[in-house]
Amino acid sequence: NSCPAVKNILILDSEGKRVAVKYYSDEWPTNSAKLAFEKSLFGRTLKSNARTEAEITIFDSNIVIYKFVQDLHFFITGGDDENELLLATVLQGLFDAIALRLRNTIDKREALENLDVIFLCIDEVVDQGMILETDANAIAGKVAIQNMDASATLSEQTISQALASAREHLTKTLLK
Amino acid sequence: MAQPFLKKDDDHDDEVDYSPFLGIEKGAVLQEARVFNDPQLDPRRCSQVITKLLYLLNQGETFTKVEATEVFFAVTKLFQSRDLGLRRMVYVIIKELSPSADEVIIVTSSLMKDMTSKTDMYRANAIRVLCQITDGTLLTQIERYLKQAIVDKNPVVASAALVSGIHLLQTNPEIVKRWSNEVQEAVQSRAALVQFHALALLHQIRQNDRLAVNKLVSSLTRGSVRSPLAQCLLIRYTSQVIRESASNTQTGDRPFYDFLEGCLRHKAEMVIFEAARAITELNGVTSRELTSAITVLQLFLSSTKPVLRFAAVRTLNKVAMTHPIAVTNCNIDMESLISDQNRSIATLAITTLLKTGNESSVDRLMKQITTFMSDIADEFKIVVIEAIRSLCLKFPLKHRSLMSFLSNILREEGGFEYKKAIVDSIVILIRDIPEAKESGLLHLCEFIEDCEFTYLSTQILHFLGIEGPKTSDPSKYIRYIYNRVHLENATVRAGAVSTLAKFGAMVDSLKPRIFVLLRRCLFDTDDEVRDRATLYLNTLGADGAVEDMKEFLFGSLDIPLVNFERSLKNYEPSEESFDINSVPKEVKIQALAEKKAPGKKPTGLGGPPPAPPSTIDAYEKLLSSIPEFANFGKLFKSSAPVELTEAETEYAVNVVKHIFDGHVVFQYNCTNTIPEQLLENVTVIVDASEAEEFAEVASKPLRSLPYDSPGQTFVAFEKPEGVPAVGKFSNMLRFIVKEVDPSTGEAEDDGVEDEYQLEELEVVAADYMLKVGVSNFRNAWESMGPDCERVDEYDLGPRENLAEAVNAVINLLGMQPCEGTEVVPSNSRSHTCLLSGVYIGNVKVLVRLQFGIDGPKDVAMKLAVRSEDEAVSDAIHEIVASG
Repeated sequence: NSCPAVKNILILDSEGKRVAVKYYSDEWPTNSAKLAFEKSLFGRTLKSNARTEAEITIFDSNIVIYKFVQDLHFFITGGDDENELLLATVLQGLFDAIALRLRNTIDKREALENLDVIFLCIDEVVDQGMILETDANAIAGKVAIQNMDASATLSEQTISQALASAREHLTKTLLK
Repeated sequence: MAQPFLKKDDDHDDEVDYSPFLGIEKGAVLQEARVFNDPQLDPRRCSQVITKLLYLLNQGETFTKVEATEVFFAVTKLFQSRDLGLRRMVYVIIKELSPSADEVIIVTSSLMKDMTSKTDMYRANAIRVLCQITDGTLLTQIERYLKQAIVDKNPVVASAALVSGIHLLQTNPEIVKRWSNEVQEAVQSRAALVQFHALALLHQIRQNDRLAVNKLVSSLTRGSVRSPLAQCLLIRYTSQVIRESASNTQTGDRPFYDFLEGCLRHKAEMVIFEAARAITELNGVTSRELTSAITVLQLFLSSTKPVLRFAAVRTLNKVAMTHPIAVTNCNIDMESLISDQNRSIATLAITTLLKTGNESSVDRLMKQITTFMSDIADEFKIVVIEAIRSLCLKFPLKHRSLMSFLSNILREEGGFEYKKAIVDSIVILIRDIPEAKESGLLHLCEFIEDCEFTYLSTQILHFLGIEGPKTSDPSKYIRYIYNRVHLENATVRAGAVSTLAKFGAMVDSLKPRIFVLLRRCLFDTDDEVRDRATLYLNTLGADGAVEDMKEFLFGSLDIPLVNFERSLKNYEPSEESFDINSVPKEVKIQALAEKKAPGKKPTGLGGPPPAPPSTIDAYEKLLSSIPEFANFGKLFKSSAPVELTEAETEYAVNVVKHIFDGHVVFQYNCTNTIPEQLLENVTVIVDASEAEEFAEVASKPLRSLPYDSPGQTFVAFEKPEGVPAVGKFSNMLRFIVKEVDPSTGEAEDDGVEDEYQLEELEVVAADYMLKVGVSNFRNAWESMGPDCERVDEYDLGPRENLAEAVNAVINLLGMQPCEGTEVVPSNSRSHTCLLSGVYIGNVKVLVRLQFGIDGPKDVAMKLAVRSEDEAVSDAIHEIVASG
């Protein structure tokens, strides 16, 4: 198959624990196989300096490209004959989209607080291994949460719902 | 005063460890999921709960079937909310829960509604979700919308449909292929990613049509492709076209080469690299063609981006294998990469230098590597070792320094894979460079003196047993081997005993000394070691046939160990001795995979896709549970399902043929695709008038067949024992149909009897053939002997290509291709394919097929069959002659 394919996307913390992971290949059939892969990959890449530029390695006959920021480690895995620059573009797209959505404070705490955003970003970047979008602005745009379906009118919201969202909006602004 | 500061620090620590999911528990979250059922949905709260569920799944938590179903049903309630954010989370969690077929039905209508919504986001996501969770039956219902979506004005919707099409093509190719007009239109899209997805899908639809791919490539290489991703695809397709057309052009000018070279000036690095790589991989690429590609790769070598340096050096490394001279220009850049921070890059650089260097530079590089080896990971050391191995084969005169390098690093610290790579290299050098043999064997002997890996010790002992006796002075190895008997664990000791026996068998002058040593082993504490010593003393001591003894010592075991182990475990000590011929030779890969994934079935993220159970086992279990078939004996073979209805008919029926020694059972798998109908008392009326040797003995009706929930009905036939009887059967589906009220799902009481004509079914000779491989075809062929050999030639007529002809014959015979010979290199004009199998009655059959292309497309074939029974050899020819 000549179509570029992504085997997995991993976001781990500074101890190698999962923040969010998504596998698209059945190369790692069980959770323990996935954890073992994450553990050894994390150990292997821990010491490298992948902060300014993404780094790359061959690992278990796969290409892995990785980039670190604060206490987060981003990885993307592809087959060993995949175009390395293409995989790097996908990782960068995901990374930048998350940065856009989290307003440039990317760390573990922020990521966990906004885990829904992270999941949605991953969902918009790759669909079952197929690259869906690599442009960070486009990804971030799709993940942006509008509150209501345009076709729903305000009258359909109950008073309590309206109050709840107003209250929430208020707390949010106060906390900023 | 210090107190508050300390306090603040504490707070800060808490903050670092803080996680919104701290102490989260599955049970509690499942409780929380009840808010999905609230009449007044709180979208924000629901989103949070979904995030928690996703978090749990993501951490590898598994839901039981009941839990997953419950969550799934609750989630479906959320379609009532019109909150966009919540809906997005609903889409994600549905995909993660990977619902079963009967659950999918629950969300189908909601998703179909979203698919036709005015909101782009709904359309795009509903398509992705539905296509991921649906099976073929639903696809026909939504096909119309998918076709529309492909040409949707919104690029996100179009991409969603196209990408879904790419996935669906794997499972429902005939449906997706009908969309090519829309896909073709999407290729012209102005949206970059839509063009990429459309191109990928269009190519996959047409990939077997060489002419169409050719046309696609020539029109697009002239036009403008918008996204770098699509351009990369186009480069891949172009090189494929070049690969396939290369043999037709004699002029030397390669079609499309100019396009590839033009891509080297593209603005995206991704495209430049793809083109450069494609050029280096062209069949028989010339140095002139390589020049410009190597120039851009050389520029990448000094990039600040590690990914670029890596990609370039890796490609150049490959080029260096075939065109070392072309890469020498980059040597200076390569030298500086030896100290690259990224060790993968450094390793690739140095191994490239090893390949491009000449004989005189070997010593200098070896010195450089020696300083280099200590600070790289094992995995990269292996790359270096492989480079040294090929260097040594290239410059055999340098074997002394290279062999001593290998033996030096063999003594240093290292993991198993690394040590194994070194040992393998030494073994290869010993085999290929006669002068290196004696010193190599001694290095290995020294290594096992202090080797922590039992596996390597036993492998080396085995190798010594084969090579050692052939050297000029075999006696000098005995000491090393016998030392193992004193100092090692039982496994290695047993290996050493076998090796000693081999020396005894091959070298007569050593025989008396070996006897002394083996006798000492009779007092070993381990059973295996003692048993082996006893066995060898008896075999070597007997004056019988020397050949038999050598076959026993040096021959190989031609059955899979797994099966051997299982048979031994099942063997119960009795009067009857264990028969090694009863061990099945077919490896059940599935069974192995299942063993690796024990325990409960995980759901959703973190869980594997449900593995289909080993089919033959499943069938066997199914059939033996039906009393009517229980006495048919051992199931010989089950065929792949054969469709008896066209796609998209009211009832979908396929049949599996189960072959027993004296019976055949047809298993009809039926699916009712009409929601408004319930079928009862479903049977298949089989007319066997064109299958004279078969007589119907039993039939098992299917009591009820509701919509979209497949069921089985069976019909059994008796046939002459052990005979490959063939015949044609016509089938009629008979049932009672009851109307179902779609709103309540309840069926009416009264039904009408009805019939539905199915297609004919044939039992053919290939149904009596079991796919059983052999590990060494040539050995098996030789040992079968020419007694029952039958050879003949056949004209297969015009064929698309050789591969197609080879496949057709393999399928016709239903045999197992051996040694990868089913793969036909592209553009080859002749091919030999080796097949093996077991014919009914447990007759081993081996087949050697030689194909050749005569004239433009005419394929001729020579078929040689060897088996244990000439009637069977004839039967195989009969199959081909009538096929």
